Amino acid sequence: MTARLSAITLNTFREAIRDRILYNLVLFVLFLLASAPLFSQISIGLEKQMLVNVGLSSISLFGVIIAIFIGIGLVSKEIEKKTLYTILSRPVRRWEFIAGKYFGLLLTLAVNAALMTVGFYGALLIFIHGLKRADAMLLVAVYFILLQFMMMVALTLLFSTFSSPIFSAIFAFALFVIGTFGEDLKNFAAISQGAMKWLAMATAYIVPNFASLNVISRVVHEQNVGGNLIIFNTLYALLYSVAITAAAVLIFERRNLK
Amino acid sequence: MNTRGKVTVICSVLLAVLFAGSIMLRQQVEKVRGTQATLEDTLYLPSSKTLRRMSLGYSSLLGDIYWTRAVQYFGDRHLRGARNYELLYPLLDITTDLDPHLIVSYETGSIFLSQRSPEGAGQPDKAVTLVEKGIRENPEYWRLYFTLGFIHYMDRHDFKAAQQAFEKGSEIHGALPWMKVMAARMAEKGDDPGTATYLWKTIYDTTADKSIKESAAKHLISLRADLDMDELEKRAQAYHERFKAFPETWQDLVRAGLLRGIPIDPNGTPYKLGPAGTVQAEDPKQFPYLERHVAK
Repeated sequence: MTARLSAITLNTFREAIRDRILYNLVLFVLFLLASAPLFSQISIGLEKQMLVNVGLSSISLFGVIIAIFIGIGLVSKEIEKKTLYTILSRPVRRWEFIAGKYFGLLLTLAVNAALMTVGFYGALLIFIHGLKRADAMLLVAVYFILLQFMMMVALTLLFSTFSSPIFSAIFAFALFVIGTFGEDLKNFAAISQGAMKWLAMATAYIVPNFASLNVISRVVHEQNVGGNLIIFNTLYALLYSVAITAAAVLIFERRNLK
Repeated sequence: MNTRGKVTVICSVLLAVLFAGSIMLRQQVEKVRGTQATLEDTLYLPSSKTLRRMSLGYSSLLGDIYWTRAVQYFGDRHLRGARNYELLYPLLDITTDLDPHLIVSYETGSIFLSQRSPEGAGQPDKAVTLVEKGIRENPEYWRLYFTLGFIHYMDRHDFKAAQQAFEKGSEIHGALPWMKVMAARMAEKGDDPGTATYLWKTIYDTTADKSIKESAAKHLISLRADLDMDELEKRAQAYHERFKAFPETWQDLVRAGLLRGIPIDPNGTPYKLGPAGTVQAEDPKQFPYLERHVAK
């Protein structure tokens, strides 16, 4: 089982690399190189703040875009190219296929984010002339971005098992936006009444909570991110991702591929 | 059971258990972060201009979201009886930068800001700044001048500034005639309780916000109780002039023909007659805005 899982995982990763997905790194570096000197011109005393904001937000946004655009085709592309039949005709179970695809895309995003983080710290070294002990906290923000990717990959994979790529992209992007404003939805539920209150509350708990995974503004200002928050966010992202992946497996198991 | 059946059962159980677990963990996350975490992040914004640019043209929608956040922040703090509303003005400022034509955020937001604690933030100067910004952005909307005059009168006790605000508002096309009346009343008798009653009644009749309506109702009954107690103290004084002693009970005033019966406050509870003809409400907490008959 492990061998089959790793084979699908590595194959998904290799396929993403063959799709020149890492070219976005060039764009990211160019973006940082171009923006850093510009910020020093337009914002007095905010160079580092702007650089950290742009750097971390780019790591997050590039990753989410990649998760959506690769994730939506993970299953449908295999069906379209008829390669899925070849895979499933071998001793590979459907759930292994889904789990392998999940880990493959997550690995792609993790490698991408790791390389971006190296570039980001490089930019900090070059433009801010040195790193402080507090800058280690920026890694917590990167870690939370990885947790965000875990959930996004699970969601895009779920949509990919039953919907067309276009609709999957729309659903995934909509959930990303709603999840980003998840706390506002909960606040809205708190001030609503009757059926609307329950509807808003249920929606707030069903959609992923990306707001709590965004600590960029905190780390920019060298605010501490508590250990409890790291633990609970990790467990939350883990449970949510596995639950959504289980839903994807459920749908895929019942899907008629003939 | 075949393999597919087993996978279906395992995945169904996983889905149900893990999803329920994720909800519980999310509640833990919220507990750790605090209910105001997202709002506190707004303090770190470099400027609302940056936020406007980041909204990619959807600044009006973002303004609505920030207005909801301001209302939620105020409601949450108010419910907990807080006295510190340090995020309220920044939130309203961002809201109105994002959508300068969101009238409700000036009208209702300034009342939240100006009212004294515990009903509001007790920041009338910031409320004036907010309404003046609203007037700059929406010069044709005469009701903002009413709000400005109201804050100057009620919370800053600046009758001259209130008169100017009502006067300027009355000059705008479409302004209701009572704006002129208000300007005249400010000039003649700004400190008359009848003026305050008139203003709060207007707020009560025109506001759509439930909490402001409730506050206006509390102000109105407090004003009414203050006026009642003024009158009762006058009658106790008249009793003193006639009998060279203050009445000990309400019955003394009734027997002297100075009262028809036991006087009751707007909530139906009898007033309390104190020493030397002073009058107080039985439960002053029912009248949080008493000006002259506050319990010591």
